[in-house]
Amino acid sequence: MVRHVIAPVDELPPGTRKFLEIDGRPIAIFNIKGEFFGLLNRCPHQGAALCEGPLIGLAQSSNPGEIEYTKLGEIIRCPWHGWEFDIRTGQSYCDPKRFRARAYPVNVEPGAAVVKGPYVAETIAVTVESDYVVVDL
Amino acid sequence: MTSPLPGGVDCDLHPAVPHLTSLLPYMNEYWRDQVTTRGMTDLVSQSYPTNSPISSRPDWRPAQGKPGADIADLQKQALDRFGVAYGICNPLYGVQMVFSEDMQDAFCRALNDWLAKEWLDKDGRLRGSIVIPTQSVEKSVAEIERCAKDKRFVQVLMLVMGDMPLGKRAYWPIYAAAERLGLTVGVHAGSAYHNPPTSIGWGSYHIEDYVAQATAFQTQLTSVIVEGVFARHPKLKMVMLESGFTWLPAYLWRLHKFWRGIRMETPWVDRAPLEIVRSNIRFSLQPIDAPPDPATLNRLFDHMQSDELLLFSTDYPHWQFDGDEVLPPGLSPDLVRRIMIDNPLATYGRLQAVKETTP
Repeated sequence: MVRHVIAPVDELPPGTRKFLEIDGRPIAIFNIKGEFFGLLNRCPHQGAALCEGPLIGLAQSSNPGEIEYTKLGEIIRCPWHGWEFDIRTGQSYCDPKRFRARAYPVNVEPGAAVVKGPYVAETIAVTVESDYVVVDL
Repeated sequence: MTSPLPGGVDCDLHPAVPHLTSLLPYMNEYWRDQVTTRGMTDLVSQSYPTNSPISSRPDWRPAQGKPGADIADLQKQALDRFGVAYGICNPLYGVQMVFSEDMQDAFCRALNDWLAKEWLDKDGRLRGSIVIPTQSVEKSVAEIERCAKDKRFVQVLMLVMGDMPLGKRAYWPIYAAAERLGLTVGVHAGSAYHNPPTSIGWGSYHIEDYVAQATAFQTQLTSVIVEGVFARHPKLKMVMLESGFTWLPAYLWRLHKFWRGIRMETPWVDRAPLEIVRSNIRFSLQPIDAPPDPATLNRLFDHMQSDELLLFSTDYPHWQFDGDEVLPPGLSPDLVRRIMIDNPLATYGRLQAVKETTP
């Protein structure tokens, strides 16, 4: 597992997502209300750019007509066929046993720690004064 | 040919009401006078025109009267001929076509009492379906509760083309009553003609109505699944009667595909539609819309991914097969036993109720 520095925290405010390619893999990093998430930007169904889809909540029901709506903004919906995936785990909701999106842990690390390494900083200049978004691949 | 096993259950028999006046003894004075003084005509539905080939096998067509109107014919040509232990009667008399819910209710009550007296009383193998006045859910529930006291009624009968999609929640008290009383809900081919008998409007020919039955069944299945009938009533079994079943794999693929993408519209559908079909929906055997080739049919059974879905039926007196070829060629003995005995007994919980309670 290699830790990649993605961006200074300031560049990914809440509600934004960043697309990048690491070692040939298309990755998307999301900031949802201050929490960071990473997903492989490829739908396990037919390979669409999953992370370009809208973020919605999770609709569940144990009684027809009554909908419990939770995980607001934490479900990514594939732009091609509408399948839902949990951004925290990559779990699909239409076929959880067979389909799962690849999720990666994302953390915020202080610049002082990032400078020490071992990190791959890609093309980002790291300074000790800032915090950085780091993804484990 | 595949030979039928003795002791099976024929899940789709059609005893015919000879004429509306045959029901007069089962109506109260008011309705008896209404039928007589208005000069009401016989309620023959265009779903099964009396002289249409589908309405009766030529060798089952009596010299006089309607096919299926004589119990001796039904005994000889269906019950004895295929050696069944039970036969479920699904009367297809046109009471659903009536627009007045009061008249429909009176006619349904008369029809159900007629069935009990003139058929169920006369042969211990026969069981009945309760025909309900679906324009009034309240009256339907009352009729279900009234008839269910007679354990020989094993099912509630509705038409595939009625007034509204069957999944609509207005109908749910009917399903609650059926589930509570251990009755299945049978959905039979046919239209009340309150809506066009195809989804694209009124056609010109009988063949258009009859072929469209299969698409009506698909639309109804979608309705009851996505509206959540089985989320609310998990023990309820619905039986599609004279629906055909060879369309099922392709239809389910389509429903499953779209459900996966718009699951959030109906989140109470918390498992794949095909799993709901496997646990809650059954299909009568006849008609079989497939070539008489065992390999083709067995491939279809593989695609259905279950040997619990089909229930033996002759569809008597409708013309779906010739001679004794009620079972398609190439069925394994195990599948024959499931279709003829195991599956019907598992589906119709009340079938053996009478035998168990009477010495």
